[in-house]
Amino acid sequence: MEPFITHTGTGVPLRQSNVDTDQIIPAVFLKRITKTGFEDALFYAWRKNPDFVLNQEAYKNGTVLVAGPDFGTGSSREHAVWALRDYGFKVVISSRFADIFYSNAAKQGLLAAKVAQPDVELIWKELETDPTTEISVDLESRTVRCGTVDTTFDIDNYTRWRLMEGLDDISLTLRQDEAITAFEAHRPGLKPTTLPAKV
Amino acid sequence: MVENASDKPLTLAEKVWRDHVVVRGEDNEGQRSPDLLYIDLHLIHEVTSPQAFEGLRLAGRQVRRPDLTIATEDHNTPTLEIHKPIADPVSRIQVDTLRANCEEFGIRLHSLGDANQGIVHVVGPQLGLTQPGMTVVCGDSHTSTHGAFGSLAMGIGTSEVEHVLATQTLSLKPFKTMAVTVNGTLRPGVSSKDIILAVIAKIGTGGGQGYVLEYRGTAIEQLSMEARMTICNMSIEAGARAGMVAPDETTFDYVKGRPHAPTGAEWDSAVEYWRSLRTDAGAEFDAEVVIDADQLEPFVTWGTNPGQGVSLSESVPAPTDFDDPVDRESAERALEYMDLQPGTPMKDIRVDTVFLGSCTNSRLEDLRSAAEILRGREKDPQVRMIVVPGSAQVRLEAEAEGLDQVFKDFGAEWRFAGCSMCLGMNPDQLAPGERCASTSNRNFEGRQGKGGRTHLVSPVVAAATAIRGTLSAPADVLLPEPTPA
Ligand code: SF4
Repeated sequence: MEPFITHTGTGVPLRQSNVDTDQIIPAVFLKRITKTGFEDALFYAWRKNPDFVLNQEAYKNGTVLVAGPDFGTGSSREHAVWALRDYGFKVVISSRFADIFYSNAAKQGLLAAKVAQPDVELIWKELETDPTTEISVDLESRTVRCGTVDTTFDIDNYTRWRLMEGLDDISLTLRQDEAITAFEAHRPGLKPTTLPAKV
Repeated sequence: MVENASDKPLTLAEKVWRDHVVVRGEDNEGQRSPDLLYIDLHLIHEVTSPQAFEGLRLAGRQVRRPDLTIATEDHNTPTLEIHKPIADPVSRIQVDTLRANCEEFGIRLHSLGDANQGIVHVVGPQLGLTQPGMTVVCGDSHTSTHGAFGSLAMGIGTSEVEHVLATQTLSLKPFKTMAVTVNGTLRPGVSSKDIILAVIAKIGTGGGQGYVLEYRGTAIEQLSMEARMTICNMSIEAGARAGMVAPDETTFDYVKGRPHAPTGAEWDSAVEYWRSLRTDAGAEFDAEVVIDADQLEPFVTWGTNPGQGVSLSESVPAPTDFDDPVDRESAERALEYMDLQPGTPMKDIRVDTVFLGSCTNSRLEDLRSAAEILRGREKDPQVRMIVVPGSAQVRLEAEAEGLDQVFKDFGAEWRFAGCSMCLGMNPDQLAPGERCASTSNRNFEGRQGKGGRTHLVSPVVAAATAIRGTLSAPADVLLPEPTPA
């Protein structure tokens, strides 16, 4: 996982609260066997509407999604984060995130930045007035800048550290590699192994 | 729970946990972070593994211990004409993907057609890979089955599958313990399936949440390993993290001589360790439930969750029988879905299909007990009965005893091994509105096919039901009709 320190890109104003996981990615896509390539599934139903923000040329290549409160509610599907990531989003801004979505996002290196709703409104206005306005998010200083808006965001220390180090769950555990190897050295030899196969 | 103080009496679950802690969690403002636990055996099947392997590939990681990992094909596999390519494209892709992943990462796989192919929870014990005191995981909720050996066995999600593949460990939060004490002795015709259905009806489908259940008491001690597996299998239906039975002579006899069981001096030291895996006198459980086996009758579900069950001699309950408004409403919905009228005697309910199979009840003993009842009898002509052995090995053993012939003579279909109609991911499904007496573990809406209606039963109740066409106890077909006084 790439460490996340700072990101500068274009923003996508999504004036919508309670964006649930079924909107982010409908259940039919859960049958796939891959972990990538979900960009086409992102906001599948909404993208059929030509007026949807991602269907507008100016916002198509956005990398920072700026959404209303309670983003990511609903199921625990990790696919919601995969779809956002695969589409190219590096940051989602909202005043409130659903718990499971929030922790799933951190596991995949997607920054979920909590920005107070009045500031979200200001960012929306900037992005709507001029879609080319740059938006930059700095995890080190916990700040978001977009046009005239200069504000801070909330993130807990642990998640921030993880993102800045680029650590997924497995990398975190692999930091305990020595302890695992030591444990293995003392495992009783009579415990069964699947290889070589005895049948 | 799971303290390090060595003199504190421990429960069975706590002992197994203690013996697998790689890194202990830290106390943080009153909250314990999870312990990192070592995993002794990782079972894999085609449905929950593809993205885990893909995750490894994307990160350039290897499987840490292929020698503690084993895969089988079960959820999607056909039970007829298994030599032909799998017809459903989604199923075929999942099975092909598993084959390619096992090849790439050096994992032992038992494919369709192999003697050890079958339901993952039947295959592990059958090979002697499931042994007392182990930690066992699989991307499948019914991994709790393996707890029958006194191992700590849990279902996990796909990202945890990837985590175990890469590190052979899992971060686990501490659990609570519940003793489920089953006193007395089961009466003839009553089986371990009836015990667990009664337990779930008693504590509810959420009653075990956060707990590891330990089944104990004389009735449990008297059960075979197969019967204990049936009970542990369904722990998850009570919401529990896992279910366990302390290993004893029955366990050792079952493991002994299996392909991966220890031998010689290793066997002796293994048994010595296994004997220590009992809940200490004075160890405290966080909760306890007591069931009296003497009082149990064959049990059957009437609703759409495994907690909605009654004794077979009772009638369909009315929603007004439930005090809790949530229970009442869910009973109402269930009765509508099941198309049942309150007050109907359970034994008057006619079924279209009888399914004998699934990781709950598809082992040799289950097939034997059903065959015992069917032998020389005739099937109700309107009922179709499907018998699906849990593994190819079980199928072979049953055939060696002539059980296949008993089923065929009776008019049942004798199939190849797999999950089959337990969840209908393959062509074995109920038609909409069809009613089934099933030895599986879940009676959720549409579980066995869209619109299908499921009554969970034991193998002997399944057999008796196939004879009479209505839900029936073994006694209904075995005893002569009482003569009027
Ligand atoms: S038999 Fe049913 S419950 Fe068991 S593993 Fe297969 S699908 Fe799951």
